[in-house]
Amino acid sequence: MGKDKIRINEEFYDIMPVEYRDMVEDATYGKEDRGWKDIGVHKELIEEHSLCAGCPESMAFRYILASLPAPEDTVMVGSTGCTSLVFPMVAVHNIHSLFGNQNAIATGLKRALTVRFPNRVKDVVVLAGDGATVDIGLDMTLQAWFRQEKFTTICFDNELYANTGGQESGLMQKGFVAKMAPVGKKFDKVRLPEIARESGCAYVVNMTVSQPGRVEKVIKNAVHIAREIGPTYVQLYTPCILEIGKQSMEGLQEMRDSEKPTQRFAFKEYISDEAKAYLADLEAKRKAAAASQVAAKS
Amino acid sequence: MESPTLIGTANKKGQIYTDPKRLFFEAQRTPAFLTGSEVIKEAIRRASVDVMVAYPITPQSEAAALIGELFAEGYVGDYMRGESEFAVMSQCAGAAFGGARVFTTTAGPGTLRAYENFPMWAGARLPIQVIVTCRGINSPLNIQPDTLEIGMILDTGMLVWHAETAQDFFDWILMGYIVSEQPDVHLPLAVCCDGFFVTHTKDTVNLTPADMALPPYDPYRSPVPCMDMECPPVRMMRDPFVMKSNYISYATHASWQQEIRAACERSRKHITSLLGGLIETENVNNDIVIVASGTAVSQGREAIRLLEAEGLKVGLVKVKSLRPFPTEEIRQATKHAKWIFVPEFNVVGWLAREVSAVIERNDRVIAKPHVAGGMTMPPEVIVEEIHKVIKLGKGELVHG
Ligand SMILES: Cc1ncc(C[n+]2csc(CCOP(=O)(O)OP(=O)(O)O)c2C)c(N)n1
Ligand code: SF4
Repeated sequence: MGKDKIRINEEFYDIMPVEYRDMVEDATYGKEDRGWKDIGVHKELIEEHSLCAGCPESMAFRYILASLPAPEDTVMVGSTGCTSLVFPMVAVHNIHSLFGNQNAIATGLKRALTVRFPNRVKDVVVLAGDGATVDIGLDMTLQAWFRQEKFTTICFDNELYANTGGQESGLMQKGFVAKMAPVGKKFDKVRLPEIARESGCAYVVNMTVSQPGRVEKVIKNAVHIAREIGPTYVQLYTPCILEIGKQSMEGLQEMRDSEKPTQRFAFKEYISDEAKAYLADLEAKRKAAAASQVAAKS
Repeated sequence: MESPTLIGTANKKGQIYTDPKRLFFEAQRTPAFLTGSEVIKEAIRRASVDVMVAYPITPQSEAAALIGELFAEGYVGDYMRGESEFAVMSQCAGAAFGGARVFTTTAGPGTLRAYENFPMWAGARLPIQVIVTCRGINSPLNIQPDTLEIGMILDTGMLVWHAETAQDFFDWILMGYIVSEQPDVHLPLAVCCDGFFVTHTKDTVNLTPADMALPPYDPYRSPVPCMDMECPPVRMMRDPFVMKSNYISYATHASWQQEIRAACERSRKHITSLLGGLIETENVNNDIVIVASGTAVSQGREAIRLLEAEGLKVGLVKVKSLRPFPTEEIRQATKHAKWIFVPEFNVVGWLAREVSAVIERNDRVIAKPHVAGGMTMPPEVIVEEIHKVIKLGKGELVHG
């Protein structure tokens, strides 16, 4: 399976949108080592977006889409929020259904794909804001993990409800004054990464998206582990520059500041022993395959 | 993405996928004495369901559990208990987006908890089938049959049918998939019944052979792309659909809603060819006609028997499909009636409202009797209402 899947009827070729032609000619579908470095050279599965200029969510989206191990067999599930403005422009099948039910949708979807394609791997990746993941949808987020549903959950943590104009969210820092938190948020940032680990996720990461290489590695790990071992969770700080009063160019610095060792987005990775062994096995197989390719050439 | 026809081949349980019309109208039927819940199980055994999601709530818990047994026997592709009805309906949606034939059951408070999903199902053109075994909605706490929730589900964009008997149930569950999965329909379907009266009583039901099953769902015969990455990926929309002040997005949404209603209307021909029409009528040339749905039809029939013993002839209209609504059929069937009685198992009288909205001279509609909260509707109560009107009106038109 590769980009052969996408073909344009020759008669229609010249009237197809240019980015669709690009995708057919230059998509990285079926390319084993696709990653963030393909962005700008190959089709990265997202052409344009309608987020605020400089919104780190747009970077995060690009890195994630470029890192999916098998976009040609991946279906994404989103939720209402700023991310739902991007999903219409994403070139993998994606579902927007309601606000907060993304992990329930993904549960049904993954099960349906397993029933329909018993001998093929179909990856399911959830991507939603913190309000969707941790507040309105928390029950469904956790229950999918308790049930060991085999898909990846990615939370774009901008520490507030951005799409409705900056209300308090469960992942907001304590004391932050926000709409609907007029005297400051009263309770601590919900510790979802810890809860994820305790709830049965085999792989959990808390980080920013300041370093694309790192995002790529984490997303690949998360998707691979979810295929074989169990649920995985990635929480990415994608600051809402608009609501915290930053300029378009300041998103990256905001992430860098908040990922310093003592800060709340210092890189933290949890990986279960089983998942660790699985990744090591994958890596060994990859090396063996590369070695045999080299041998075959020489 | 044409799928080859599987009719005539065997599934993993050895059941033969059978042409639906053959299955419904030609295959040998065998009588069985079953509860409504058991009938749901028997229908699903033959329905080639891929995914069933369950959650307990009286009076559908038993049916939901029985389908679990079917899964254990290998007749259903996957089965799970969700965490709440909102989650269950979302899980059903996810499975349907992924191209599965999906089934679930619900009732009363659960139906309402799930509510946000129903218009979403319709909007996403997901042909999910949900059985609604109606029950009272709290508070005060009540688990008895009460059809208030049907009135609430009517405007979600779904197809809505109201079964009178366990036999209706058996046939309509199977026929329902065929109707709702037609490419020109492709909408979710709620097959409703009055909880307990149908689910927990035994009835003789003529079953189709257990070794024949409906052909499986073909997700590529859908008006919207199946979410499995088997067809070229598309950008779903080129412009953000929620952007305000965008005429195109208004127009898209508005026309989409109209298209859903139009798809519902297009189901008429399929309903007619399988269910034999949206309504059934008896003796509608009489001055008095009872229009009812669900088990109120049975009570109406009994009332008509009692009135006949007095020498009074009364007609009957059984409404099978509430969405699409049998507007023209009801107009025709009530054309000669001086009084149209609409007995209902709910306090609001939604069916009477619907009938009144579509017929001429709707002061002929007498929205009575109503029983609610799980009370039975003895036929004598219907007779009494009819007596009142005749006596008071001395043949003239009077409101009950
Ligand atoms: C049931 C429901 N309640 C409320 C809303 C309104 N709503 C839309 S987006 C949103 C907040 C989204 O916040 P988050 O998930 O953090 O994503 P972000 O916009 O910050 O990326 C809310 C409350 C809704 N769409 N549905
Ligand atoms: S409102 Fe905030 S999170 Fe949403 S697009 Fe703008 S900057 Fe990004």
